[in-house]
Amino acid sequence: MKGAEAMIKALEAEKVNILFGYPGGALLPFYDALYDSDFIHILTRHEQAAAHAADGYARASGEVGVCIGTSGPGATNLVTGVATAYADSSPIVALTGQVPTKLIGNDAFQEIDALGLFMPIVKHNFQIRKTEEIPETFRAAFEIAKTGRPGPVHIDLPKDIQEMELDLDKHPIPSKINLVGYKPTTIGHPRQIKKAVNLILMAKRPVIIAGGGVNIANATVELMKFAELTNIPVCTTLMGKGSFPEEHPLALGMVGMHGTKAANYCVSESDVLIAIGCRFSDRITGDIKSFAPHAKIIHIDIDPAEIGKNVKVEVPIVGDAKIVLKDILIHFLKKDILPNKKWIEYVASLKKSSIPKMDYDDTPIKPQRIVKELMDVINDLNLNKNSIITTDVGQNQMWMAHYFKSCAPRSFLSSGGLGTMGFGFPAAIGAKIAKPDSKVICVSGDGGFMMNCQELGTIADYQIPVVICLFDNRTLGMVYQWQNLYYGKRQCSVNFGDTPDFVKLAESFGIKALRISKPGEIKEALREAIVSDEPYLLDFIIDPAEALSMVPPGGKLTNIIEPVREHPNEKVICFDEIKRRFLAKKEETTSKNIKLNEQAEPETADTSN
Amino acid sequence: MEHTHIISVLVLNNPGVLQRIAGLFTRRWYNISSITVGATDSPNIARMTIVVKGDDKVLEQVVKQLNKLVEVIKVSDLDDKKCVERELCLIKVYAPTESSKSQVIQYANIFRGKIVDLSSESLTVEITGDVDKINAFIDLVKPLGIKEMARTGLTALMRGPKILKSKKS
Repeated sequence: MKGAEAMIKALEAEKVNILFGYPGGALLPFYDALYDSDFIHILTRHEQAAAHAADGYARASGEVGVCIGTSGPGATNLVTGVATAYADSSPIVALTGQVPTKLIGNDAFQEIDALGLFMPIVKHNFQIRKTEEIPETFRAAFEIAKTGRPGPVHIDLPKDIQEMELDLDKHPIPSKINLVGYKPTTIGHPRQIKKAVNLILMAKRPVIIAGGGVNIANATVELMKFAELTNIPVCTTLMGKGSFPEEHPLALGMVGMHGTKAANYCVSESDVLIAIGCRFSDRITGDIKSFAPHAKIIHIDIDPAEIGKNVKVEVPIVGDAKIVLKDILIHFLKKDILPNKKWIEYVASLKKSSIPKMDYDDTPIKPQRIVKELMDVINDLNLNKNSIITTDVGQNQMWMAHYFKSCAPRSFLSSGGLGTMGFGFPAAIGAKIAKPDSKVICVSGDGGFMMNCQELGTIADYQIPVVICLFDNRTLGMVYQWQNLYYGKRQCSVNFGDTPDFVKLAESFGIKALRISKPGEIKEALREAIVSDEPYLLDFIIDPAEALSMVPPGGKLTNIIEPVREHPNEKVICFDEIKRRFLAKKEETTSKNIKLNEQAEPETADTSN
Repeated sequence: MEHTHIISVLVLNNPGVLQRIAGLFTRRWYNISSITVGATDSPNIARMTIVVKGDDKVLEQVVKQLNKLVEVIKVSDLDDKKCVERELCLIKVYAPTESSKSQVIQYANIFRGKIVDLSSESLTVEITGDVDKINAFIDLVKPLGIKEMARTGLTALMRGPKILKSKKS
């Protein structure tokens, strides 16, 4: 059989039946083989969206998502999506076409060094140089992508390799593979676990930080048992959202720069911090020196390189969050644990005193109100365990992360590490395909949505019922907020003006859409869109002046400052200086041209006479 | 405190492996003094010897990050007291006269170097040893005039029967 057919067989052996991709010259043999297969191929409108969709698929399901793009620009377009998956440890396999082996190195049409290009943003990558390498390479790629700390793996597929013959009987697809240099540790060291248990037993003010690793390891049940048994409050990182139900009395919400007051204070005052599957990024810790100053840290992570990288750790445990938590639990089942009443009461009072106001009646709408209505609708429809939220990046993301209570693992998908604008919408497409029975709601700003709005074509074409909730303020709100706070309100290149009309844009794809500008209309619109089971766009016109409270970058977690809530409210075409300059210049040129024309006219009149 | 560390790495001899390791060092701002790559007794495995400067925390990260790479089989920080380290250096020294030539030969003999090439106005010396020895020789011939020089970078093995095994730490 041809190499391309062997590749399809290898994908089938990995139980893949769906691809997100975009064909091209160097992939013609592959797509020809696809014709005869049972694969579903979602033709996105841009390779970046294919990568995000595969990523969304992987995050929602825990299975490897597969995306494919052609050589050259196809590969470069995949890069942002693959890097996003890498930053958030999401298992995807990215396939790229490549020019025929004879042409490699000749700067052929659509040739690019894909191996070199992807190298720094993947867990590992391969270039297949002989057809015989196909079976093992595909097996290895999937093994590497989904085990240990998951991550993207890239395979570069030269066109002639796809066309050349391969005898699969001679080179069968292996069911197991031994990679000499790859042996992830999953079981925590018993001595370390014992140390951790002792430290937890002695703790007076313990706090758990649950990171993305808890979601990835599907360790929610174990985490809940552990927290409930020991009465330890739990805060999550952005990636850990949903790994512990946020309605739970022990839940503190998200910690960090845009974290809740309860989470930030509890972490800062804790004496033992149990960090599970998180990497203490700068968005979590703020100033490293003043981060959890009284705490001894137990750090559980499957990636040994994350332990001790950013913070000093008392008890490091390398292993899978689920397995390690199970092992820790065994120790506690045998013991009577006396919760520290004072601490529990303090935590509860902190939570009670910091319940945020969300039921604003203002027009333009406050985003908090939309988040509240969204939670209510999800509750009313009993979709708590049956809905997936994807967010984009920026204010919309942080409003959702801060105010929205996630109650199921893998139900809050967001680009955390890389912070990729344009992620939310295509990721929602992948999530919906992975979980067809879940309602998938993409919350996005208008800026991020514009970065991949071409995918309206994809959801229209394949009838993928994703609900898009636009937080539309025609502003790059997060940048704007920082300019207001730290750059003396010198707003520069953050304003989008009035186009497009998002409702008309969606409608031009045959997608239902509504514009919502009054708080009273939110609930009905959300309900209508979510129940419809059709692709739907809701364009919420929100207050551009609204901003987030935050911990200044590199600051203490307890130093939460209020933002500058100010925005030119009068209807000005632009409020930023660069745009004003450009438009002024244009006006000048136009008026000059008019003058020139005026001067020219009498002359022509003369000659005609 | 900053130290110089010799890290010995066994890697799969795949295309791109050098780029992968070099890329890791560039991206994370690890400070490489030298890097050497060569074959081992096993054809699909190569040995890299990397000399890196940094404090203990940096070194710990270097070792861990190297270990994360799928093509890296084994990483070991060699204690310089317990390993044999060598570098080779070729130096073309300006020696137009008989007396300067004999002076270079004399120096080379003392340092157990070899004269590997001779022309009317220059001598090429091959010298092997640890970094200090090579530096000392270079200082010695510098006044005569070094026309050209090539150093291989350091390579090293542990002393005694211990070896790097193909199992990740």
